[in-house]
Amino acid sequence: MSTDTSTDTGTGTDTVTPTDELDEVVPATAAAQVVDATMTHGPARKRIRWGDVAPPVILFTFIVGVWYFISYVMMNEQRRGVALPPPHVVIDEGLLVWEDNRGIRPILEAMLVTGRVALVGLLIAAVLGMAIAIVMNLSRGMERAIFPYAVVIQTLPILALVPIITIWFGYGLTSRLIATVLIAIFPVITNTFFGLMSADRQHHDLFTLNKASRMTRLWKMELPGAMPAIFTGLRIAAGGAVIGAIVGDFFFRRGDIGIGRLIDNYAKELRTPELFVAAIVSSLFGILIFVLVGMLSERVLRSWHDSAARVT
Amino acid sequence: MTETGSTLHESPMTEQHSTERARLRFEHLSMVFPDGTHTLDDISFSVEPGEFVTVVGPSGCGKSTLLRIASGLTEHTGGHCDVDRDSIGYVFQDATLLPWRTVQRNVELNAELHGMSRSERSAKATEAIELVNLVGHEDKYPKQLSGGMKMRCSLARSLVLNPKVFLFDEPFGALDEITRERLNSEVLDLFQREQFSGLFITHSVSEAVFLSTRVLVMSQRPGRIIDDIAVPFPYPRHHDLRYGPEFGEVAARVSHGLAEAHA
Repeated sequence: MSTDTSTDTGTGTDTVTPTDELDEVVPATAAAQVVDATMTHGPARKRIRWGDVAPPVILFTFIVGVWYFISYVMMNEQRRGVALPPPHVVIDEGLLVWEDNRGIRPILEAMLVTGRVALVGLLIAAVLGMAIAIVMNLSRGMERAIFPYAVVIQTLPILALVPIITIWFGYGLTSRLIATVLIAIFPVITNTFFGLMSADRQHHDLFTLNKASRMTRLWKMELPGAMPAIFTGLRIAAGGAVIGAIVGDFFFRRGDIGIGRLIDNYAKELRTPELFVAAIVSSLFGILIFVLVGMLSERVLRSWHDSAARVT
Repeated sequence: MTETGSTLHESPMTEQHSTERARLRFEHLSMVFPDGTHTLDDISFSVEPGEFVTVVGPSGCGKSTLLRIASGLTEHTGGHCDVDRDSIGYVFQDATLLPWRTVQRNVELNAELHGMSRSERSAKATEAIELVNLVGHEDKYPKQLSGGMKMRCSLARSLVLNPKVFLFDEPFGALDEITRERLNSEVLDLFQREQFSGLFITHSVSEAVFLSTRVLVMSQRPGRIIDDIAVPFPYPRHHDLRYGPEFGEVAARVSHGLAEAHA
C-alpha cells in the first residue's frame, strides 16, 4: 500500500515537485480519494477474517447434520442406500475408490471429456459471438437482419433442436459442440453489442475530430470500452457452456462417455453415492470455469474499471 | 475584420498580430436544426491571432453549437464559417479521457490518431504533460485522478498537435472554484506560450473576463451576439487581477449584458 503513495513523491523530485502541486491544486478530500483508489486496487490483498469464514462453515456443518438426520432417522436401511446415503458412505464409495469402473476415476475421466467440450464450446461462442456483435455494430442493416435471429436462438428450447442437430451432424463431438455454442453464444452477442453501442457520445466526437476511420474507432474506442460488458457476457456464457455440454452428453451418445451420460447411467443403476459425487464434481467444474472467467476479467479490467474489484 | 475591427485594437495583445488573417471567422452564420429549432441567428465575428474570445450567454442559447460548427462536428445551415480544421484543439465539457488508458497514453491519443510515429508522439506527450503540470502522474489511470487533473490531461492531449485555434466548451464548469481559478491561470500561460487563438464558452463572468481579450454576450435562442466587450488588461494576468476595481467594471458590463440576454 505504501508503494502507490511513494510513486507520487518519488518520481518527480528533480523536476516539478508534483507533490506540492497536488497539495495545492487538489482539495484535501479529493487527494484522499485518489490515494484511497490506488490503495483498494493495489497489490494489497484483503486478509481472511474469521467473521467472513465462520457463517458458511457453520451452515455447512448444519447441512451435513440435517443430511445425517434424514438419512438415519427418516429412512429405513433399504431406502437409505438408494435415496440418500449418508455423507461418509458417499465419500467412501464415490470419492475414495480409484478403479476403472468404480469410484472417482470414471467420474473425473467423464468430466474431462465434458469439460473439454464446454471449454472449446465457450471459446467458439466467445469468438463467434463477438464477431457477430461487431458486424451488427458496424452496420445498422446487419443489426436489423441478425438481432431477431439471435433472440430466436436464445428462446429456442435446445432439446427441440436435438433431433435436427442429430440428423445433420450425427451423434459425435460436432453435435455436442453445436449444442454448447447455441446455449452460450447469446449472452456474448447481446453483451458485446450493447457494450459497443454504449460508447460515450463525446468519445465519438473526439474520434470524429481526429478523423478516425471506422475500424480505428472500433479498435481503439468501442471495443476496449465494451470489455466490462463483454466479460459479463462471457461469465453468463461460461455457465451456459457447462450446461450445454452436459445436456449434450445426455443426447449425443457416441464417443467417449461424458459426465452427463455417466450421471444418467448411475441413476439408472442406482449407484447413488457415485451419482452424488458425479453431480458435485460437475457443479465444481461449473464453478471453476465461472471463477476462471472472473479472474481473467479482473486481470484485464482491474487497472481501470471499478467493477473489476467487486468481481469473483 | 470589418465589423469587429474597432474593438480589436483596444486590446494590447492583438496589435502585433493584426496584419495576419483571422484564424476563425463566422459570417452571418445561422443554424436551424432539422427539428426546426432555430439555434443561431446571424452570428458574425472573428478570432484573430493573439485573441482570446469568450462567449457567455443563457443556457441553451447555442454557445456549444457554435463550437461544434467551428470544429466541423455540426454542419451549419446558413452563412459562412472559415477556419483551418486541421489546426483545431477542442476541449470538451468533460475531460473525455479513455478510462483504459494511462495519462501518458491518453495524452498521446490525438497524435496517435493522426498517425504520428510512436517516438515522436511520446516525446510530444511528455512535453505536454510538463506544460500542464502532470509530471509524476503519467502512469495513472483516469479514475485515479481528481477532476482538475483530468482536465489538465485533456488539455495536454490537445496541446500535442500544436493547434492554432483552441476551442473550449465550458471545460471547467464542474470544478470547484479554487481549481478552476488555478486552471484559468494555466490556460493563460499556455495561451501566451503557444500563441493559439482561443474561443471559450463559459457561464462564469469572472472566468470570461479574466481569460479574454474580448467577451461576447449571446442572447437567448435563437442566439445572436448582443454585446461585444473588450477586456483591456495586459498579459500576463495575475490571479489578483480579479479583485481590482477595473476588473469589476468590465465584469459588471458583462453581467448587465447577460441580464439583458435573459430578459
